[in-house]
Amino acid sequence: MGHDSGHGHDDDAAQYLPSEPALRVKALESLLVAKGLVDPAALDALIDAYAHRIGPRNGARVVARAWTNPAYKARLLRDATSAIRELGFGGRAGEHMRVVENTPSIHNLVVCTLCSCYPWPVLGLPPNWYKSAPYRSRAVIDPRGVLREFGLELEPGVEVRVWDSTAELRYLVVPERPAGTESLAEAELAKLVTRDAMIGVAR
Amino acid sequence: MNGVHDMGGMDGLGAIAREENEPVFHTRWEARTFALVLASGAWGLWNIDASRHQRELIPGPDYLRMSYYEKWLAGLVELLVKSKLVTRAEIVSDRPERGTAIARPALLAGQVAALLDRGTPFTRTVEVPARFALGSRVRARNLHPTGHTRLPRYARGHTGVVTADHGVHVFPDSNAHFLGEQPQRLYCVRFAAAELWGDSADPRDSVSADLWEGYLDGA
Repeated sequence: MGHDSGHGHDDDAAQYLPSEPALRVKALESLLVAKGLVDPAALDALIDAYAHRIGPRNGARVVARAWTNPAYKARLLRDATSAIRELGFGGRAGEHMRVVENTPSIHNLVVCTLCSCYPWPVLGLPPNWYKSAPYRSRAVIDPRGVLREFGLELEPGVEVRVWDSTAELRYLVVPERPAGTESLAEAELAKLVTRDAMIGVAR
Repeated sequence: MNGVHDMGGMDGLGAIAREENEPVFHTRWEARTFALVLASGAWGLWNIDASRHQRELIPGPDYLRMSYYEKWLAGLVELLVKSKLVTRAEIVSDRPERGTAIARPALLAGQVAALLDRGTPFTRTVEVPARFALGSRVRARNLHPTGHTRLPRYARGHTGVVTADHGVHVFPDSNAHFLGEQPQRLYCVRFAAAELWGDSADPRDSVSADLWEGYLDGA
């Protein structure tokens, strides 16, 4: 990293800047464990939850349910938090949810310009590009350019609605149900739903 | 604060770099950092707004250079020190100082699932009358607080329409500084893209942000 770690500063304005994060994190974990502040097994459980259990397959189930069940979709659009909880998802970084729906004339795109807010219970942890400066800076001023970069060229006349996640309200996009999927059951439909479509950078 | 974290509308920050089949964590240290931040947050000594603000305090050039989890690590260390859970000497030596060990009950593995499932709701039941009705035209105030705020710079001074009333939510601008939750009405405000970005924006497009009542004037 070639950056001074900031060690030795002790005024209030000091900012710790890790020079070798892999080593620094290991040392910090050891220190916190030695002080009785952290249980390493709890860290394993937290990592396991987001590596294996909480991810975009959850959101895909919500979308597939909305595609096949009009009453569920109505509940989802009216009170997303409760409707998502019906499928067993909710909690951390998804305490308050809002769902927006794509139509042939409206395309929704979600961003967090100020940090990295993202609906964890239904999409898991965000990909790097979502948290990156290029996406955060451009999604609000040039959404169509951003979508083109993702390979999505919108038909003329489509309205783009960008949602900047500035509060504790996390957004999920219900993409349009693909044509020709009338015969598919909910579980099969869920396999067609991508993470990117639920952020709004894909269809 | 008008920091580099408030990025909406900036140019020149590069191309969007995507990674096919990106793993949830790229390295073990990223995963451990993520988990340390969540486990430490479970003590309840700080809140999500304080945590965000701590990362905003990273000097701009460093903020832009550092990776995501480096910023999380930097923020965590500062919060640990400010909360007097560790000392800077301990961060340097990596060893507990004699006589400083604090026996906080650590988050246990068996508590993790319930902790995540519960989350931390940010709505409050206090009765606060709504100043703005759906459809009201509002102007985002031209505020430049030096502390934490969730009013993006690109919206300040601009006029939009209230499209949703989300009820009463904890106010980040005070909560981040441990000045109380000061719950306020939170609205979704839709700004026409052309109002924010001028004539070059597509006249059909809009940007919506969720904004607290104190950020808004009637227009």
